[in-house]
Amino acid sequence: MTYLQARGVVRSYGPTPALRGVNLDIAEGEVVAVTGPSGGGKSTLLHCLAGILRPDAGEVRWRGERIDTWSEAARSRLRRSTFGVLFQFGQLVAELTAAENVALPLLLAGTGRREARTAALTWLERLGVADLADNRPGEMSGGQQQRCATARALVTEPRVLFADEPTGALDTLTGEQVLTSLVRLAREQGTSVVLVTHEPRIAGYADREVVLRDGVVDHGGLGLETPLAGGRR
Amino acid sequence: MNSERVSVPHVLLGLLAAGPRHGYELKRAHDERLPQARPLAYGQVYASLGRLQRDGLVVAAGQEREGGPDRTAYALTDEGRAALNRWLAETELPMPYVSSTLFAKVAVALLVDDVDRTRSYLAAQRQAHTARLRELTAAKTALSASLDDVVAADYAIAHLDADLRWLQTTLDRVADWHREVHS
Ligand SMILES: Nc1ncnc2c1ncn2[C@@H]1O[C@H](COP(=O)(O)OP(=O)(O)O)[C@@H](O)[C@H]1O
Ligand SMILES: [Mg+2]
Repeated sequence: MTYLQARGVVRSYGPTPALRGVNLDIAEGEVVAVTGPSGGGKSTLLHCLAGILRPDAGEVRWRGERIDTWSEAARSRLRRSTFGVLFQFGQLVAELTAAENVALPLLLAGTGRREARTAALTWLERLGVADLADNRPGEMSGGQQQRCATARALVTEPRVLFADEPTGALDTLTGEQVLTSLVRLAREQGTSVVLVTHEPRIAGYADREVVLRDGVVDHGGLGLETPLAGGRR
Repeated sequence: MNSERVSVPHVLLGLLAAGPRHGYELKRAHDERLPQARPLAYGQVYASLGRLQRDGLVVAAGQEREGGPDRTAYALTDEGRAALNRWLAETELPMPYVSSTLFAKVAVALLVDDVDRTRSYLAAQRQAHTARLRELTAAKTALSASLDDVVAADYAIAHLDADLRWLQTTLDRVADWHREVHS
């Protein structure tokens, strides 16, 4: 079943075009890597798909229903109940412990305190950082913080997880450990993943790769519309 | 990828370091410990053992009744162990020649004026590389993967990743160069 659908999505920042008509389908449980050079529009596309940004033109559909026309409040509810997001720097709340950070999305969704804490501990355990439950982000390494952020993104058992360069700030081994857990746990619960990365190696974790270049999907993946030989004398 | 030849005799010496083994055990151990390498042929194992024996680096260590080499267990000699240690201590020349077919094809493609064919070759090659990368990633993240599997997959993934980056950088470079010349 098609979960997310972008049709002719256009988005600019003032005079700067970021997306110039993007089409993309993401199926239930599918792990899709969005790759391409920096400035190609990857983050903007992720924000449009997740309902954080509104496209200037085109449509975004969630299970067939247009969400780009929804109010900010309605999109925000959808994000809280159905989507999870994970950024390059975990963006944990500095004043809260790991367990409190992970419990936060559940508390916002109205889950009781005790239940939220239990679920948070379960997810910290799944990400291999149960022993850090009562530590604050300042007392953790980058990799440990990213594991907590992953737990926080998955604790609501979202239908889609949006991850923007989730390993960009980590060393190779730590990054791959975080990603392996993330993809494995997402697959276990049938969560689709939109994985933004500029690294070919990271795209290897996905079922499929979509290359964005200059705000459009590049089907050859290499930017081959630019002149190649011919002019070389 | 890399077409560098691996010294099979030295790998066999390494596999014998833990104790005497038969030829078929050596083949099995090789394929297990170097899981992404091209599997050894029995002929290759026995030919290498023959040469190692001739050079005094291994000796036949007991034979079950009479029979051919497949009945024989081989053991490392002191000279064999010394040769193995020398090989392990020797620094490899880092890329003495760039000998990859991918590189050669791209270099030649840039000279040839058939832009469309070059494009479709590069796009297909990129797709093949990415597909293999996915396959290796799946293999190494499988719950059943052993350390040997992971280490071998890592090696191949690192090289495919490097190829893909190089391919992209080269195309961007050529496009840049072209823009400069024609503006
Ligand atoms: N907040 C912003 N304000 C202005 N321009 C932006 C903003 N965010 C992105 N852009 C521009 O939009 C284009 C696409 O950016 P982005 O979606 O971040 O690409 P990517 O994630 O692939 O690097 C770039 O030209 C970038 O400079
Ligand atoms: Mg980005």
